[in-house]
Amino acid sequence: MQTTRQIAELLNEPACAHNAKEKSGCAKTRPGATAGGCAFDGAQIALLPIADVAHIVHGPIACAGSSWDNRGTRSSGPTLYRIGMTTDLTEQDVIMGRGEKRLFHAIKQAVEEYAPAAVFVYNTCVPALAGDDVEAVCKAAAERVGVPVVPVDAAGFYGTKNLGNRLAGEAMFKHVIGTREPEPAPPHPAGIRTHDVCLVGEYNIAGEFWHVAPLFDELGLRILGNLSGDARFREVQTLHRAEANMVVCAKALLNVARKLQANFGVPYFEGSFYGVTDTSNALREFARLIGDPDLTARTEALIAREEARAHALLEPWRQRLKGKRVLLYTGGVKSWSIVSALQDLGLEVVATGTGKSTEEDKARIRELMGEKTKMITDGSPKALIGIVREYQADILIAGGRNMYTALKARIPFLDINQEREFAYAGYQGMAELARQLALTLDSPVWAAVRRPAPWHGAVPGQAAG
Amino acid sequence: MAEIIKRNKPLSVNPLKVSQPVGASLAFLGIHRAIPMLHGSQGCTAFAKVFFVRHFREPIPLQTTAMDQGATVMGADENVIVGLETIAGKSRPALIGLPTTGLSETEGTDIHRLVREFRARHPEYDGIPVVPVNTPDYSGCLESGFALAVKAIVEHVVPADRTRAGQRKRQVNVLAGAHLTPGDLEHVQELVEAFGLRPVLLPDLSGSLDGHLGDQESSPLTVGGTAVGDIAAMGESVATLVLGRALDPAADLLRERTAVPDFRFDSLMGLDHVDAFVAALAAISGQPVPERIERQRAQLQDAMVDTHFMLGFARIAVAADPDLLYGLADLVTGMGCTVSAAVAPSRSPVLDAVPGAEVRLGDLQDLEKAIAARGADLMLCNSHAADTARRLGLPLIRAGFPQYDLIGGYQKLWVGYKGTRQTLFDLANTLVEHGHHEIAPYRSIYADREGEAHAAPEARPLH
Repeated sequence: MQTTRQIAELLNEPACAHNAKEKSGCAKTRPGATAGGCAFDGAQIALLPIADVAHIVHGPIACAGSSWDNRGTRSSGPTLYRIGMTTDLTEQDVIMGRGEKRLFHAIKQAVEEYAPAAVFVYNTCVPALAGDDVEAVCKAAAERVGVPVVPVDAAGFYGTKNLGNRLAGEAMFKHVIGTREPEPAPPHPAGIRTHDVCLVGEYNIAGEFWHVAPLFDELGLRILGNLSGDARFREVQTLHRAEANMVVCAKALLNVARKLQANFGVPYFEGSFYGVTDTSNALREFARLIGDPDLTARTEALIAREEARAHALLEPWRQRLKGKRVLLYTGGVKSWSIVSALQDLGLEVVATGTGKSTEEDKARIRELMGEKTKMITDGSPKALIGIVREYQADILIAGGRNMYTALKARIPFLDINQEREFAYAGYQGMAELARQLALTLDSPVWAAVRRPAPWHGAVPGQAAG
Repeated sequence: MAEIIKRNKPLSVNPLKVSQPVGASLAFLGIHRAIPMLHGSQGCTAFAKVFFVRHFREPIPLQTTAMDQGATVMGADENVIVGLETIAGKSRPALIGLPTTGLSETEGTDIHRLVREFRARHPEYDGIPVVPVNTPDYSGCLESGFALAVKAIVEHVVPADRTRAGQRKRQVNVLAGAHLTPGDLEHVQELVEAFGLRPVLLPDLSGSLDGHLGDQESSPLTVGGTAVGDIAAMGESVATLVLGRALDPAADLLRERTAVPDFRFDSLMGLDHVDAFVAALAAISGQPVPERIERQRAQLQDAMVDTHFMLGFARIAVAADPDLLYGLADLVTGMGCTVSAAVAPSRSPVLDAVPGAEVRLGDLQDLEKAIAARGADLMLCNSHAADTARRLGLPLIRAGFPQYDLIGGYQKLWVGYKGTRQTLFDLANTLVEHGHHEIAPYRSIYADREGEAHAAPEARPLH
């Protein structure tokens, strides 16, 4: 079990800019007024995309039962990650202390039946409280079954989903990263020099990274591993040999990036693949960190080509979307990372969520969107709808959780979180984003559902008798 | 709106069209204790019967004048008289429908004179209405044959009397088009009854072909459907609801004969059309819209909003008889879909109102070519299009007649707030199941993943 001190350290992630400011550490949750997942949820989401691993949830049914088969991420190969596994602890297991034994046999069964590259064991509240020594069981089981068994100690009560992401990162750092050396890269077909890079926090939602991956190949950037979209266990083992690292999804796995830098000298940057501008910037940052002038030149050429293509692709959509007003509610870093994507499309972001943002984030928002932008701290359905009305927003862009808030209020909506089903990353993803925006904004259903029933009006269709 | 493209090829390949006599027969099958007798060769009836049996999964009363070689050349008048006499004598039906076929029309039959002659020779059967209708299969399609039969029923059964309209203050006529399933008709009746009105459906396929096990083990006639006595009293109704543009001529005639005012609806699918229908019921009855129907309306609105993500920009190919084609095309267009291909078997005024660039008068080959040219994500058509859909790799939602490879297709509810809602769910689920938005997995040139099977693209739900 994690000690209080270990958790406090994680909460006070030094790479988070806000921890140098007045507001220190991740915000504490308030009973009765809290939304969002637990640490277990966060840990599982962060690692589940590793496709050839058997992911076992150690706990009674609620943890896995309510979360397995939550489809978002995609694999280009194995689909083992899609198989739901849990020890499904019973009352007897808890009372008699048989959880550890059950876990040991569960690991054995998973290995015998599915031959995974590794087993990840996610600890949950009940065994954490009962005192199961998950780490010891994993160690004993690994010796017995002959494949790595990794304990991910992230019981729900440790904290928020965000903390769970970090706990997962810690587990990877402690047990996986650095346990294998990469094979030498095969020669590039174009004869150019290959550089090894890695990504942290990219989850290949809806397969969106496949929009971007071909560009890496073209530039001679070998992705040693990704934590964790479409990843394989043996790739994650080699992350420490990357020449440069990109932290994709906000702060969630910043601790991994920081430790890769501190322990193995892997430089990193924070970036995003949402929007033409951000995608180009991400590629530029890799070239900058690697410092190969040839790569820099080729990167600029590729960016010029792709931006021209994207521009042509987006032009018809821009005409349709121009001037449409957006309320963006995601909180944290995404509150500005997606803004550039929307602005690329000619939309106007009139308000954005800043519930989890620091002063630095807010400054960035002002810089991007101007002083008039409304910053939203109260994300309750009622408040959001009020702001949509007040600022005459045409669409709400938020996580799936808020979808039905918008729809019930007859407001167009776009889902940009984990559960979404469309690939928005990279230059090509922008066209998909534009298409989805137009699809909902221009849908004839809004006019239809806003019109009142005609009961009191004239009766249509009548002919004289 | 849509440009109508006429047939411009000699060969019809994979026909969409179902003949007029089949349509006329179908209308007669919605009358209680009735039987249609096709004036033609045995095959005209046998094929139609097989179609009906496979679609409805019911025994179907259908007779034939059985024109043979001699009768065809020397005159088949006697076949009609004998046929009517035989049916009238043996089964004592409440009504005999007498549609002609291509054969008898080409031979030059005067079906109306033959009925007069039958009357003259057999006054003992005066109580049995015989309804002749000219339905050669070389023109029109199922829908027009059905409409012609409904018009003929009005002409032969409803008395011309303009003084009695509105005498039955709660009675409402419903002229129900061929595009409605028995399931649809049941719901239409429920809606009308919800306003305290008594519907008289003409014809009422929900009474006869809804698929129910009854007490009667066998019957040479239809069991259930509109009572002939009710048809005769349609002139006393307070209003007529006309469902489907194809029934305009029948409705014109009914109004002319009875002076009962009518309300016409091209479709009962989609919020606006159903609103118009419900508003008309409220106006006719003078009653407020019941809470239950308001609730169904709100449920449909919710479904529209929920499914617009999946339906928006989807390309839908529709092939069906004109009224059904219009209703389906209008419904999906209202959800943000585009109708990328539309094919109807024959001309009807309602086709001008079909949203989309063009409507082709043709067959399933035309549909296939239109899809190949303009693409589609989903097809709406009868069972004949199953192979076409397979060839194109597209999902097919069966609509129209016949549906011989789908159990219960005849009972599916498409109309009203309730039916529209389920239709939207079905469309959305089918589009999602087919997973057209999935992007192809990319495998890096550096990938060190030997022996890994390529993952098949996974179909996923949208939300």
